[in-house]
Amino acid sequence: MSAPGSTPTWIPRKRRTAELGLLLLAIAIGIGSYAAVGLGLDGSVPPGIYTVGAVYAIVALGAHVAVRRFAGYADPVLLPLVVALNGIGLVMIYRIDLGLDAMGSPYGPFAQGQLRWTVLGILMFVAVLVLIRDHRRLQQYTYTFGLAAIALLVLPILPVIGNAKRGAQIWIQLGPFSFQPAEAAKIALAIFFAGYLVAKRDALALAGRRILGVDLPRGRDLGPILLGWLISVGILVFQRDLGSSLLFFGLFVVMLYVATERPGWLFVGTALFAVGAWFGYAAFGHVRERFDAWLDPWSDPDQNYQLITALYGLGHGGLLGRGWGEGSPELTPFGFSDFILSSIGEELGLTGLMAVIVVYGLIVERGLRIALTCRDAFGKLLAVGLSVSFALQVFVVAGGVTRLIPLTGLTAPFLAAGGSSIIMNWIIVALLLRISDQTRRPAPEVSTISGDDETQVVKLS
Amino acid sequence: MNKPVRAMAVVCLLMFVGLLLNANYVQFVQADDLNEKPGNRRVIDEEFSRERGAIIVDGKPIAQSVPVKDKWQFQRRYTDAKLYAPVTGYFSYLYGREGIEQTYNSILSGSDDRLFVNRVIDVISNDQPQGGSVELTLDPAAQKAAFDGLADLGEKTRGAVVALDPQTGEVLAMVSQPTYNPNALASHRLEKVAQNWRRLNQDETQPLINRSTQTTLPPGSTFKAVTAAAALEDLGLKADDDVRGGATLGFPGIDYKLTNQGGSTCGGNPISFQRALEVSCNVSFGWLARKVGQDKLAEQATKFGFGERPIDDLVSYASRFTADPDTDLEAPQLAQSGIGQFEVAATPIQMAMVAGAVANDGVLMKPHLVRTVRAPNLSVLEQPEPQELGRPMSAGDARELSDMMVSVVQDGTGSPAQIPGVDVGGKTGTAESAPDRPPYAWFIGFAPADDPKVAVAVLVESTQNTSDIGGGRLGGPIARSVMEAVLR
Repeated sequence: MSAPGSTPTWIPRKRRTAELGLLLLAIAIGIGSYAAVGLGLDGSVPPGIYTVGAVYAIVALGAHVAVRRFAGYADPVLLPLVVALNGIGLVMIYRIDLGLDAMGSPYGPFAQGQLRWTVLGILMFVAVLVLIRDHRRLQQYTYTFGLAAIALLVLPILPVIGNAKRGAQIWIQLGPFSFQPAEAAKIALAIFFAGYLVAKRDALALAGRRILGVDLPRGRDLGPILLGWLISVGILVFQRDLGSSLLFFGLFVVMLYVATERPGWLFVGTALFAVGAWFGYAAFGHVRERFDAWLDPWSDPDQNYQLITALYGLGHGGLLGRGWGEGSPELTPFGFSDFILSSIGEELGLTGLMAVIVVYGLIVERGLRIALTCRDAFGKLLAVGLSVSFALQVFVVAGGVTRLIPLTGLTAPFLAAGGSSIIMNWIIVALLLRISDQTRRPAPEVSTISGDDETQVVKLS
Repeated sequence: MNKPVRAMAVVCLLMFVGLLLNANYVQFVQADDLNEKPGNRRVIDEEFSRERGAIIVDGKPIAQSVPVKDKWQFQRRYTDAKLYAPVTGYFSYLYGREGIEQTYNSILSGSDDRLFVNRVIDVISNDQPQGGSVELTLDPAAQKAAFDGLADLGEKTRGAVVALDPQTGEVLAMVSQPTYNPNALASHRLEKVAQNWRRLNQDETQPLINRSTQTTLPPGSTFKAVTAAAALEDLGLKADDDVRGGATLGFPGIDYKLTNQGGSTCGGNPISFQRALEVSCNVSFGWLARKVGQDKLAEQATKFGFGERPIDDLVSYASRFTADPDTDLEAPQLAQSGIGQFEVAATPIQMAMVAGAVANDGVLMKPHLVRTVRAPNLSVLEQPEPQELGRPMSAGDARELSDMMVSVVQDGTGSPAQIPGVDVGGKTGTAESAPDRPPYAWFIGFAPADDPKVAVAVLVESTQNTSDIGGGRLGGPIARSVMEAVLR
C-alpha cells in the first residue's frame, strides 16, 4: 500500500480552490443563461442582471466560504454541481414566467419566490454545516427522526392544515405558506433507517433459507420490510402520492440491502413492489390513468395533454434546442416545476438535457463515493440512502416526463420551482458534505504499527 | 458494506444510462414524428411565423404568404380562393392543413430534408427561413370553365368535375361544389376562424369535402364503358356484333326484371353493340355483364384503377365494384352492377381515369397535380414524370371503344357534349342511389379522339331543378366547355 519507510496515512488534499474555480464556472453558467433569456426574448439583457446576478453569486460564494470554514475536507465537486443546477432552474423558471405573462396566464411569477427559497436553502445548508459538526451525533436521535418522519407524513391528511392539490394530498397549508412535508420526511426517514439498521443489521442478516440460489431472509425478519412497505402503501392510499410512495419504499429496500449485504432483500422488495404496483393499478383510477397515458398518451389527448405537449416540446427542441427564450415551454402546464426537465429539453435540446442528467449522475456518483470511503456504518448507510433516493427521484421524474416510465408527481431536485424541495435538497447536500468531510479529514492522532500494512488503528467514536 | 454500495452504484449507473438513451430516443429518433403530430402548437406557431412557399398555377400564385404586422408576421392568402379550394385546401392555425397545403407541407413550410442546406444557410446568414414552392398542373381556363359550369346550375348544386390529360395523367381541372373560402380558415382572427369552421362543418352540403376525390357514388351508365371494355377484351365482341336488346331482361326463377330508362325498348332485339352503347341500353349491358361474369368484370374495373386510391396528392378514396371483394353476386345483382348500380361506387376522378385510358390507346396514367417542386432559390427539387399505372385494354380494343364513345356523342345520348370540328367521345349516366333521393347525373368524355388532350368526368349530385336530371343534359355541356377550354 505504501512505500517502506513512508507514513502509511493517506492525507487527502482539501481541493477548496478547485471547488472555487468550478463554482465560479457554475455561477457563470447561471448568470450567462439569465442574460441569454433576455437576449432571446427581447433582444436585450434582463434589467435585473446585476442585482439578481450579484445576489446569486454572493450566496453561492457564501456557501463555499462556509464549506471552507466548517467542512474543509469535504468533496469539492458537489457544491459547484448543485449551484449550476440551481442556477439553470432559476433561469428556466424566470423564462417561463415571462412566457406565461406574454400568454396572459394568471399563473406566476415564480422566479422571485424561487430565488428567495434558494437563498433560504443555502442558509439552511450553512446552518447544517455549522450545527452538525459530526454526522454520527444524528445516530443518537434515530427514533426521534423516525417519529418526526411519521408525523410529517401524517400532516397532510389532517384536517385544517392538510391541503389537496392536483389530486394528491401531499401539502400542508400554514397561513400563506404551503409546504410539502414528504421532502423533509425523506431525510428524516433516511436518518432513521440508517440508525435503526446499524443497530439491527446483524439480526436481519441471520441466515435464512436459500431458494434457487438466492438467500432469502427468515420469515420473522420480514417484519421491518413489511412495515416499510405498509407505510409506502399507506401514502399511496391516503395521499395518492405515487412518487413519494415509490421513493420511500425504494429508499428502505436499498438501505436494508446495503446494511445486511443480502441481495435477498432486493428480490423480496421487488416482489412487494410488484404487488403494490398491481394493487395501485387495480384500486386507483389515477394510477391506471398514469399507466395508460404512459402506454399511449394519444389515446386520450385531452386527459394526457400535459405529457403530450411536454413530448412535443422535447421533439421541437431536437438535438441542440431552440435556445434560451426561443422555445415555448410555457405551453406545458407546470413546465416550471414538475415538467421543468422537458422545458430544458426544449430550449437547451438533447445536448442540454443530457448535460443536466449527467450533472445529476455526477451528484449521485459523488454521494456514493462518499459512502464507499466513509469509515462508520451509520455515515455509510446515510450517504447511500441519500444518494440512492436522490438517484431514484431523478430517475422517476426525468423518466416520467420523457415517457420512459409512467408519470409520477416528484420534483426535479434543484431545478423545479418549489420551496420545500429546494430547501431539503440543500440540506441533503450539506449532510453529504458533512459525511465527506468526516471521512476525508485526517484522524488527528493516528499512529501506525510499523511494518504491517494490513493493520490500522481506527478511531472509533 | 462496500459490496452492496458498489452494486447500488451499478444500479444507479443503469438508471442514468436509461434516462440518457431514452432522451436520445425522444429528442432524436422520435422528434420528427412528434413534430408532425396534428395539434402540435409549437410546430404550428413556428410554421405560422415562417414565410411559407407559394402554390402556383400557370405562373401565378394561388396561395402565398404575405407579411403582416402581428405575432406571426405572415398571413396565408388565397387568390381565386373558392375556385381552387378543393386543390389548395387550407392552412389554419386552429384546424391544421388540408389539400396540397397538407401533402406538400414539408416543402411549403421549408422543413423538408431536401431544404436542409437552405435552412443551414438561412441560419448562418441570419435570414428568415423560407419555404419552397409547388407548381400545379391545373389549366386555369379549364378550371374556370368547370367551376362556372357547375355554378350555372344554381347555388344549391352539388357536384364535381375532374379533367385529366390522358397521355400524362396531369390533372387539368378539379372542382367541387359547393366549396368554401380557405381565407376564412387561414385568418389570424381566431374567433372568427372558429365560427367559420363551425358553420362549414354544420353545413349539410359538406362544402369542405372535395367531391372529386372523396365522394364515391354509383357511376350509373358511365360504368357501361367498363362493361363494354370487358366485353371487348374477354368476349372478343366487336362494335357491329349483335347483343341482347328489348325492353326487359329476365332472370330464371326470379320475379325481378331489369328494365331500360323510360321503358324504352332500345330499338329492338337484338341490336348492335355500338347501338346499345349509344342509347345506353340497360338490358344489353345487364346481359353483357352476365356473359362476362363477375370475376372478369371486377378484374376489368380493377385494371382501370378501382380498389386503389386514385391520386396521392390529395385525400382520395378508392372506388369499388362490390362493397366486399368476396361477395358472390346473384344474377340480377351482377346485371345491375354491369350498368353501374347495386354496390358499384366511383369517384369522379376514377371515372375520368376510365375515359382517359380508353382515349389513350388503353394506357392508364396515374393522375397527379404537381408539375414542379422548387426550393426557395427556385432550383427544381422534384418534377414528377408521367407514371403508367397499367394497360386495362389492348390498343385495338381501346380504339374500338373510343370509336363507339365518339358515336355516343355524335348519334346518341351524349349529343350535348358535341364540339364542332372535334371528335368527342363520351358516355352519359344517370344513377339511382336511394328511392327517396334524386338520381345522380354523370358524364365522362374525352377529346379529340385521335390525339386525346383531355379526359373529363362530371358528377352532378343534385340541383335545385331535381326533376330534370340526366347525364347528357346536365353533365354534357359542362364537359364540353371544359374540353373546349383545354383545346383552345
